[in-house]
Amino acid sequence: MHPTDFSLRGAIEALNEGLISSVELTRAHLDGIEKLNPRLNAYITVMAEQALAQARASDARRAEGVAGPLEGVPLAIKDLFCTAGTLTTAGSRILGNFVPPYESTVSANLLRDGAVFLGKVNLDEFAMGSSNTTSAFGPVENPWSRANDPDTRLVPGGSSGGSAAAVAARLALGATATDTGGSIRQPAAFCGIAGIKPTYGRCSRWGVVAFASSLDQAGPVARTVEDCAILLKSMAGFDPKDSTSADVPVPDFAAACARGVKGLRIGVPKEYRLEGMPAEIGALWEQGLQWLRDQGAETVEISLPHTKYALPTYYIVAPAEASSNLARYDGVRFGLREAAKDSDLKDLYERTRAAGFGPEVKRRIMIGTYVLSAGYYDAYYLKAQKIRALIKRDFDDAFRTVDAIVTPATPSAAFGMDEKQDDPVTMYLNDVFTVTANLAGLPGLAVPAGLDRQGLPLGLQVIGRAFDEETVFAVGAAIETAADFRAVPTLRAGV
Amino acid sequence: MSYTLEGRTGPWEIVVGLEVHAQVTSNAKLFSGAATAFGAAPNTQVSFIDAGFPGMLPVINRECVAQAVRTGLGLKAQINLWSRFDRKNYFYADLPQGYQISQYAHPIVGEGAIEIELADGSTKTVGITRLHLEQDAGKSLHDQHPTKSYIDLNRSGVALMEIVSEPDMRSPEEAGAYLTKLRQILRYLGTCDGNMDEGSMRADVNVSVRKAGEGYRTRCEVKNVNSIRFVMQAVEAEARRQIEIWEEGGTVEQETRLFDTARGVTRSMRSKEDAHDYRYFPDPDLPPLVLEQNWVDQLKASLPELPDERRARYVAMGLSPYDAHVLTLEKETAAYFETVAKGRDAKIAANWVMGDLFAAINRTRTSIAEPPVKAEYLGVLLDLMKDGTLSGKLAKEVFEAMVETGRSPGAIVEERGLRQVTDTGAIERIVAQVLEANADKVAEYKSGKEKLFGFFVGQTMKAMQGKGNPALVNEAVKKLLG
Repeated sequence: MHPTDFSLRGAIEALNEGLISSVELTRAHLDGIEKLNPRLNAYITVMAEQALAQARASDARRAEGVAGPLEGVPLAIKDLFCTAGTLTTAGSRILGNFVPPYESTVSANLLRDGAVFLGKVNLDEFAMGSSNTTSAFGPVENPWSRANDPDTRLVPGGSSGGSAAAVAARLALGATATDTGGSIRQPAAFCGIAGIKPTYGRCSRWGVVAFASSLDQAGPVARTVEDCAILLKSMAGFDPKDSTSADVPVPDFAAACARGVKGLRIGVPKEYRLEGMPAEIGALWEQGLQWLRDQGAETVEISLPHTKYALPTYYIVAPAEASSNLARYDGVRFGLREAAKDSDLKDLYERTRAAGFGPEVKRRIMIGTYVLSAGYYDAYYLKAQKIRALIKRDFDDAFRTVDAIVTPATPSAAFGMDEKQDDPVTMYLNDVFTVTANLAGLPGLAVPAGLDRQGLPLGLQVIGRAFDEETVFAVGAAIETAADFRAVPTLRAGV
Repeated sequence: MSYTLEGRTGPWEIVVGLEVHAQVTSNAKLFSGAATAFGAAPNTQVSFIDAGFPGMLPVINRECVAQAVRTGLGLKAQINLWSRFDRKNYFYADLPQGYQISQYAHPIVGEGAIEIELADGSTKTVGITRLHLEQDAGKSLHDQHPTKSYIDLNRSGVALMEIVSEPDMRSPEEAGAYLTKLRQILRYLGTCDGNMDEGSMRADVNVSVRKAGEGYRTRCEVKNVNSIRFVMQAVEAEARRQIEIWEEGGTVEQETRLFDTARGVTRSMRSKEDAHDYRYFPDPDLPPLVLEQNWVDQLKASLPELPDERRARYVAMGLSPYDAHVLTLEKETAAYFETVAKGRDAKIAANWVMGDLFAAINRTRTSIAEPPVKAEYLGVLLDLMKDGTLSGKLAKEVFEAMVETGRSPGAIVEERGLRQVTDTGAIERIVAQVLEANADKVAEYKSGKEKLFGFFVGQTMKAMQGKGNPALVNEAVKKLLG
């Protein structure tokens, strides 16, 4: 078995048993990156030397008998997490030269537990996108391809496209990601891996470049549900530096994966049966529910009546917050500065932001500025906040009778890099199943469940109660076991 | 008779409301741990949060919240147990986040009131609309380089209280009295040091004018006035400008203006059309600020005595309302007075503090915080007068010696032999000598020129170098003149 084929848990066991060293494991991944990254473009920054130094230090710690829970495990870090001394771009030209002097809480937690960082992975600019085509550092390619059309390059999804593509292609054992409207779950589903957006407040946002503060949440992607559970355990935890971080205990998520689903009530929201949804998606959904029933769960139809307003609500709230969060990129203190010799302050702003931001970011800044403007605030932002409360209430009501909700993760499989690029609204529809969990602050897990006719992965989503990721992991693991998903992408390390 | 300004068309009434920005006294900023000391080298008190770096998040400073609540309690105002921070969005080089975190829709403190004292001895109540917490911006320095602007972020993120009054003031004097009283309350509470020359307190002055009996006319806001005197000047200057416009048939446009202190006029800064759309919305990085009533009660219980209460107490101690007012203006003066008055006659203590001490402070260019005579020493001086050791005249002499040397009254009395003579035998001996030496005057006295009595007393005192107890000297002169 090639070292890059280990699951994260398998790698930890192999390291524990001395079957492999962190240096060997890290080098195997770096070799894969060297070979495949020119094509996939998953990594913006490869931290080869630093990763090998970390791996050596990790092997030394292990030799001394001090090994953290992630000791020696090579990971990829979404380039939205600030990493001390390492370029952090947020996929944007405006941060193209930004080297933060501080480490985000989440990445610091991973380092504390012994992880090795292979590099910083690509993303849609400022995490705004569903295809990873908006990055200033070029699009990421999905390592999967259609069986009957192998030459069409597919998107990995977004915004955490680099994270998902890297993990799917075996260029990392796992990766950090962030999810504002589906940015963990949609790329995980497109790339045939697992990914969880935990409850809002579970992971600290400190040191993560902000997109939409009330929706952003960090989480892991990995090739198995249990690997996600192991990573989340390290990433999560109360952080006094983030006022929205939750001061609640972090349970043993990995243990919850083995709980089983016997006796659980699984909700099936009728509003998620979209008109025009591919039949394969509907069939896979039904298959997933059958697997759960087979393992002793009960499935019940539920109603989340405000679902149809979720997408428009999201595309008001998220740009509104983004328009304010991105005001700090002004060319004054850090990042790109574009100025002519005689530029005044306004000219400096205009030149810097015109050159620094890509079209999708500009679009969202304009939408956000518009919906917060005097005369429009009540009609858009305020109304969106009210609907957001109703969407939350829908879930509160549902979780009085069910323990988890299962839906498709995405309305389609990965699409071609040239598709859906003309109309932003078509692109926004990718998030239709995922945005509700962000608006309600609930945990949502994507788990690979099958392939479409063209051999592309499809995922299911499990949504749980706030701070009940354990049940989400249990249901996800049950689906994973039954699906027995063994398909692999064409582009991957070790072949 | 209420205050008016005379125009060509008759008298005009002035309407004034103030928005005061008061820097919260705290060691750290409102949302970061950076220090707040005044006068530090530029950009040395800046955290990554204050500089708006990517991924940085605000965390509320509990002490700043406590200070705002204390201030609200001191203003007899409603404390809102639920308040919220909003973002006020605008671009400027010294505003690193691109927004100011403020409390727009839901301030921490609601309606309250301040009683102001006016020169004619009357009082007036000025309503407080609200008090909210917000971040200060940094400072742009345009005079450091011919073509560049420099930015100092030391102030960026410092906690401010914006205290908004009702438009209840009707004259420059009332505006001055309001600001004086507000500053006094803040300083008593210890929630703002009130140093206007260091920028710890600045006022936005809203002014309009009207004819008697009218509703409000359009107001203009004069921004960032940084002394009480300038506020009073700005009110009058702006009112006169508006009167002229109205009287010439024009219309006052709502706008933001600046007060030119050199020329004593206000100048337009930006009109309503140029006004920013601040796009206020709740800051998603900060959950609502929820206070426990219990905590507010604890702060209330530990509140220091406020100027109004202290003044009432002084009046009850026997001081005139005027003396009580003067002694409570600055809390340092009140503290000095209380040390002197403790266990002594309050009226005498007040006279010494307001008379000799204030004069000495003026003369020596010192302050009540670093007085030329220690309060304890002045107290001892009063004791020495009371027990007869010193006459009033000698006491003044000792006081002046204390100003000069800083030594204790006891030491000065001993050193200079200033002790008052109360030995009646000794006094009578001197009186006898005086009468003997002035036999002709004694004869005149006895023939009816009684005015000479004072002459004999004076001569005796002179002979005793002022140390004779005046009452005993009087008695002895009377006795020996038969």
